[in-house]
Amino acid sequence: MSDTIKTDVLIIGAGPIGLFAVFELGLLDIKVHLVDILDKVGGQCAELYPEKPIYDIPAIPLITGHGLTDALMQQIKPFNPTFHLGEMVTTLEKIGDSQFRVSTDCGKVFEAKAVAIAAGGGSFQPKRPPIPGIEPYEDKSVHYAVRKMDAFRDKRLLIVGGGDSALDWTLNLQPIARRLTLVHRRDEFRGAPDSVNKMRALVASDSMDLRIGQVTLLEGSNGQLTAASIKGNDGTITRLEVDALLPFFGLTMKLGPVADWGLALEDELIPVDTSTFETAIPGLFAIGDINTYPGKLKLILSGFHEAALMAQKAYHYVYPEKRLVFQYTTSSTSLQKKLGVA
Amino acid sequence: MPKITFIEHDGTVHTVEGEIGSTVMETALRNDVGGIVAECGGACTCATCVVHVDDAWSAIVGPPSAEEEDMLDFAFEVKPTSRLSCQIKVTQALDGLIVRTPAYQGR
Repeated sequence: MSDTIKTDVLIIGAGPIGLFAVFELGLLDIKVHLVDILDKVGGQCAELYPEKPIYDIPAIPLITGHGLTDALMQQIKPFNPTFHLGEMVTTLEKIGDSQFRVSTDCGKVFEAKAVAIAAGGGSFQPKRPPIPGIEPYEDKSVHYAVRKMDAFRDKRLLIVGGGDSALDWTLNLQPIARRLTLVHRRDEFRGAPDSVNKMRALVASDSMDLRIGQVTLLEGSNGQLTAASIKGNDGTITRLEVDALLPFFGLTMKLGPVADWGLALEDELIPVDTSTFETAIPGLFAIGDINTYPGKLKLILSGFHEAALMAQKAYHYVYPEKRLVFQYTTSSTSLQKKLGVA
Repeated sequence: MPKITFIEHDGTVHTVEGEIGSTVMETALRNDVGGIVAECGGACTCATCVVHVDDAWSAIVGPPSAEEEDMLDFAFEVKPTSRLSCQIKVTQALDGLIVRTPAYQGR
């Protein structure tokens, strides 16, 4: 295990609210690390609507999810936060007054004086296809992500999906697989045209197989797949001998480990005090879509407000001996210095 | 107002009034119809509001757009009559529409 990473505040979730919290905390000289399960910042803005318009950010008549993420990254740049992407926070425990220990599924351990949960709708996790009896094979011979390509060397692989993940892994794994079959529900692919062309060339040269249909049945034992049945759109069933199945149907939000952190959740949401956005556990905050309180609206603008008030309270955990004087960025030279503009 | 009938996978039937200009997805959520998740809130980006349009209504509802067809790649057990309900606008012409909601939307 690596050395413990010490920080003032740890933010769980690098969506728009987690990012803006870096700004509000940064103005108060509070150092931040952020953890996000996605391999990129922006949360839902990056994963669900990078190109979709958002019309209700105050003073910004129109911006895309991607644009908002980029703008927030520019805004928080002076504070130089540290990102830990592609990692899921698994455990969180209070180990003393103003002291939390948090660990991730990649083995990192953090110690923070305060923690802000900005996890939105929970953690993005792969959609599991509704193939009967798939569970015992998961993580043994059914994989929703490729961690080590070599694990698939000389295997008979079945990849399912029509997007970039399915195509990219088809192209990456085809050279080392014993035989690779791609299954998709239609003979059109939403993935990058270049990847589609490369895949079609491999099919044309009989270097891999493409089947149109859906996987309906798995066979195997003790978690090891031996065969899968594919139902074509004309109803015919084809049985294929396979060693591994890789379904790529995108991501969905699941609450995840937050449920295990000793918070009394209401409808999978974290109740907070609206003057501080602190949970029932002192020093543990919840901001953005993951929290609930009377009148809550799941709006980005509400989350921004929540981040600002959270930072005011978090200051007292980080600097218990200091008195906080509220200042405006427009007039405060000291804030402008922090922003690198004075 | 047009009436829309939702049939859940377990056979539960809801016949509800749809508001013209809103979507079939919004109509389902407003009336507590099971089987619609609508994670992205109607942006056509999550494929968790799939419905199977009744055969008799499929031609009237029409086919999905190219963008919606792409998103259906992330849904399960897609049929030729499957649509994302957030992309079906309620109109008077849909009075009497029947759609079925699936058992599973991916979560």
